[in-house]
Amino acid sequence: MLKFTFKSDYAAAREVQKAILDEVDRCQFNGQCSFSIKLALEEGLINAVKHGNKLDPAKNVRVEAHVTPEQAEIVIEDEGPGFKKTEVPDPTLEENLEKCSGRGILLIEAYMDVAEWTNGGRRLRMIKKNVDESK
Amino acid sequence: MSEQAPPLAVIQDKDIRIVEFTNNKILDEANIAEIGSTLNSLIDEMANPKLLLDFMTVDHLSSAALGMLINANNRIKQKNGKFRLANIKPQILEVFKITKLDKLFRIHNSREEAVRSFSD
Repeated sequence: MLKFTFKSDYAAAREVQKAILDEVDRCQFNGQCSFSIKLALEEGLINAVKHGNKLDPAKNVRVEAHVTPEQAEIVIEDEGPGFKKTEVPDPTLEENLEKCSGRGILLIEAYMDVAEWTNGGRRLRMIKKNVDESK
Repeated sequence: MSEQAPPLAVIQDKDIRIVEFTNNKILDEANIAEIGSTLNSLIDEMANPKLLLDFMTVDHLSSAALGMLINANNRIKQKNGKFRLANIKPQILEVFKITKLDKLFRIHNSREEAVRSFSD
């Protein structure tokens, strides 16, 4: 189990992302699953740092990753005010296509097998199973 | 410490600016602001921008990168210009499809096809 606590900072988030992805590589996830984890992990970390904690250095992000050859389970938790997922606009609607932000949650849900938000939206738990999705 | 190469290379083909990403990690969040700034400068230089982005080397794409591309698209539209994306790998193209951004952008299989499309 990998555990991290870091201040709301993009560089720190990248270090955490790299450590987890190194573990994913060591467990020999297939290419598509690795791609999915990298994408969802980046979105989850950026959401926590930028949207959750508003880049406040006084607020931390906590991450836990349990990676086995069978699956990767990742939990990301921020200390922000939280949010209601039901109030996030659907970015795929025509009126929202030209907006520059708002796609992180969509991508996390599309690429991970499990994505659930608890603790008022502050805690994201996601799972990706290491299976060949082309079959 | 050696300097990193710029993230973009720009080629002129008649009145079309073709932008190549020079690094497969280029669309990590860290580089997006720099890339966006460079694209904005290119767009500002042209009265009716014709801009083609070649994604040949791109293996990763985040929502922040998509936002940067949308911003470029919006700026080009405001100047009655044309914007094309080309050579997008299947995994990356899937990101555009999931977000329905394949309906917003003009995406072509090859650079040559994209160049021809500017005459449409």
